[in-house]
Amino acid sequence: MEGYSRKDEGCHQFLDLIPKQREWFVKREEEKTSNEEKKLELSLGPPGGDWTITDNNISQNTSRNKDHDEYLLSFGYFSNNPCSQNPVLRSPWPKHGLVPVMNESSQPRSNSIDVGLKSSEKKTFSPAPAANTAVPNISSAHKRTAPASVVGWPPIRSFRKNLASGSSSKLASESTDVAPNKVSDQKPTENCPKTLFVKINMDGIPIGRKVDLKAYDSYEKLSYAVDELFRGLLAAQSDSSGDEEGKVVGGLLDGNREYTLVYEDNEGDRMLVGDVPWHMFVSTVKRLRVLKSSELPTLSRGSKQGKQLSIDDSHK
Amino acid sequence: MLNYFPEEVLEHVFDFVTSHRDRNAVSLVCKSWYSVERFSREKVFIGNCYAVNPERVIARFPRVRSLTLKGKPHFADFNLVPPDWGGYVYPWIEAMAKHGINLEELRLKRMVVSDESLELLAKSFPNFKSLVLVSCEGFTTDGLAAIASNCRFLRELDLQENEVDDRKGQWLSCFPDSCTSLISLNFACLKGEVNAAALERLVARCPNLRSLRLNHAVPLDTLQKILTQAPQLNDLGTGSFVHDPDSETCGKLKNAMKKCKSIRSLSGFLDVNARCLPAVYPICTNLTSLNLSYAPGIYSNDLIKLICHCKKLERLWVCFFIKLIHYTYFFSGVPLSNQGLNWIMQILDTIGDKGLGAVASTCKELQELRVFPSDLYGVGNAGVTEEGLVAISAGCPKLNSILYFCQQMTNAALITVAKNCPNFIRFRLCTLNPTIPDAVTNLPLDEGFGAIVQSCKGLKRLSVSGLLTDQVFLYIGMYAEQLEMLSIAFAGDSDKGMLYVLNGCKKLKKLEIRDSPFGNVALLADVGKYETMRSLWMSSCEVTFGACKTLAEKMPRLNVEIINEGEEIEASPDDRHRVEKMYLYRTLVGPRRDAPDFVWTL
Repeated sequence: MEGYSRKDEGCHQFLDLIPKQREWFVKREEEKTSNEEKKLELSLGPPGGDWTITDNNISQNTSRNKDHDEYLLSFGYFSNNPCSQNPVLRSPWPKHGLVPVMNESSQPRSNSIDVGLKSSEKKTFSPAPAANTAVPNISSAHKRTAPASVVGWPPIRSFRKNLASGSSSKLASESTDVAPNKVSDQKPTENCPKTLFVKINMDGIPIGRKVDLKAYDSYEKLSYAVDELFRGLLAAQSDSSGDEEGKVVGGLLDGNREYTLVYEDNEGDRMLVGDVPWHMFVSTVKRLRVLKSSELPTLSRGSKQGKQLSIDDSHK
Repeated sequence: MLNYFPEEVLEHVFDFVTSHRDRNAVSLVCKSWYSVERFSREKVFIGNCYAVNPERVIARFPRVRSLTLKGKPHFADFNLVPPDWGGYVYPWIEAMAKHGINLEELRLKRMVVSDESLELLAKSFPNFKSLVLVSCEGFTTDGLAAIASNCRFLRELDLQENEVDDRKGQWLSCFPDSCTSLISLNFACLKGEVNAAALERLVARCPNLRSLRLNHAVPLDTLQKILTQAPQLNDLGTGSFVHDPDSETCGKLKNAMKKCKSIRSLSGFLDVNARCLPAVYPICTNLTSLNLSYAPGIYSNDLIKLICHCKKLERLWVCFFIKLIHYTYFFSGVPLSNQGLNWIMQILDTIGDKGLGAVASTCKELQELRVFPSDLYGVGNAGVTEEGLVAISAGCPKLNSILYFCQQMTNAALITVAKNCPNFIRFRLCTLNPTIPDAVTNLPLDEGFGAIVQSCKGLKRLSVSGLLTDQVFLYIGMYAEQLEMLSIAFAGDSDKGMLYVLNGCKKLKKLEIRDSPFGNVALLADVGKYETMRSLWMSSCEVTFGACKTLAEKMPRLNVEIINEGEEIEASPDDRHRVEKMYLYRTLVGPRRDAPDFVWTL
């Protein structure tokens, strides 16, 4: 995304999963040198093999390289030898982002939970309900499910669990300006509510979503979140319309189209997201909207003052 | 000839025998040695507070100065033991006060400590120096205030992971101005504020202070001032580590850190802005112990950068928090499509594993590692996999203790780890899905754990998880000769599994089992075994009332406790009825008198 200023240079890179032409690399530990930071960047790649998206921007295996320094992570596909130390290389990240296609047939892990259930006769343990059985071909997703609700499992002390739950809202915000004498032991809840949910609609999608703006502390994060929100919906929508899976998704989110994020403020005006400081934005925003950029001919990108938030930018 | 050996000399020799096990052994040699030993023993360790009572301990060791007590069974940590089960320290303090014991040190684990206990403690023992409470509950900051006010020579107040009711009083301010003897102060688990000025003054007047662990409520600028006053610290637990990283305060903090050349242990970060972390880089080079497992806000990247400075690390506790999890959690009311989710999880696993890779290449002196789950409440629970563990084992040859929560595991990985690290003393593996098989072969993880016990001849503590059959217990029984504590969950096929362990592990002291198909045959096969052990816990297994009663009848020196929750207390339950929770332990003093209604001692 253009126009963003990176506040924390050191650690942002691996967090930026918004599709661009950038590549993320994973470094093998044995080959680390003193430039560890650079080399610890992560790389993402789409699933190997079965790309059904007809996008010639996907260059398969251009950097596929087994014994090397840098790896691209594959989207759900691991080599025949997943125990090896090297995650598999796959093609670089396509411009239009997540493509939900899995090359799962060679994925031995896929049946892990099923096998586990059958062979064990434990009555007390039941797998997580989010087994996602509805999705064809993606049995490896079984493994990545919500934790089973078994008392006392995983065996973590309550003390630690309370840390995690109590601070989950803090995780999204790294406050940089904290009053030096802040000694309160809890986030003040009396004055500001912990959540701020606003509606967000997207052109072309009849069903809107809601986002909690308090979960973010920057436009970057909001943009990514919005991107993810609607990606799923777009994919779902294209599925249900009976089109060939993958192809339509590609069509909706290919790099040539852009979306722009706008909002309606407390005075009822529609405003471009990104002009004012984040906290000011949060205090005035009433709802969000994702517009197709083609409907906003007068906006120019990279304006001096603000940042234009666009989703699925294509950088030529 | 031994009879003519003067007792004073014996006593002097025994002074050099410090471990309680060695002293126990010494006391068994002959009556004379027993007698000399018991009068000279100053430190008494009681692994189960119900195995004996205060009067007997005091009668045998009248000169005791330091008492260590453990209360509830280990699984109480995971909410398997109902509150009010027991483990009260009050009777012990009361008895010692009554008998004029010169108590100087009290160390408690998993016990219920009331404010009255603390007040009695504070007022009864004028030389009291050291209070260490680990995973205890039942007290408030009022009790702490009593300790602070009355213990004139207090050197150590160490509170680790206790549940403390914070009364918002000023307990820390109760340390009188005359208190200058503090060596160790740890109040990280407290939730309330302390008076910053009082804290600073306290630190300033205690020149011997070596260990200081602050709580969440102590802000960064107070930390900076404290460090300036106490550059001699060895062990530091930061409080809140949140500030504007470009501020003067952060700059001053970094300078203060530079002067703290003795800090070897760092923990805390209970609330953290990762951009402030570079302030601690000056002390990283000398750190031997680093605990970041309480830090909610340090993401893997920043963690890795920090760890790369810590080349002398011997002990590391971490989580790998991965921000992306929260994006998926917060913005999707509905989880991402399976594919998207799975993809993201695999990336995050790799981030976790790569973080461990960074540890493996930097921390060559590492002996103890604990990797906690990254995000219990995020969708999908990404974290680390077997790859991270293998990397660590390859990079850290001195590793001897590990606690590892992971998404998945393979036999091949465990076998490699066993080869790389034969020195494990503690090996605790926890797969987040408790019955997950080998991620590659879908087989049980029997062979992997078998390799561990075979290779690590000094293994004393083992926790197994994943899909496991009786075979793994055969291996454990065969090879784990030094094993003292074994934790089993959702494992095994039949009584044979448990029998292999009971027959094979000669040094077994504590066995805790949950949700495994072990029943009466295993329980009753060798009843004498339980007198050689400290305790046995079995919950959600196949043992019945009848078997428990039989066992209790045969072994009068065991307390066989049945914990009934939420059921009607029948006068005589059916013998065939399965027992939900059973806890048995050897004891010299018969059934305890403080058991609540829901605990039956058979």
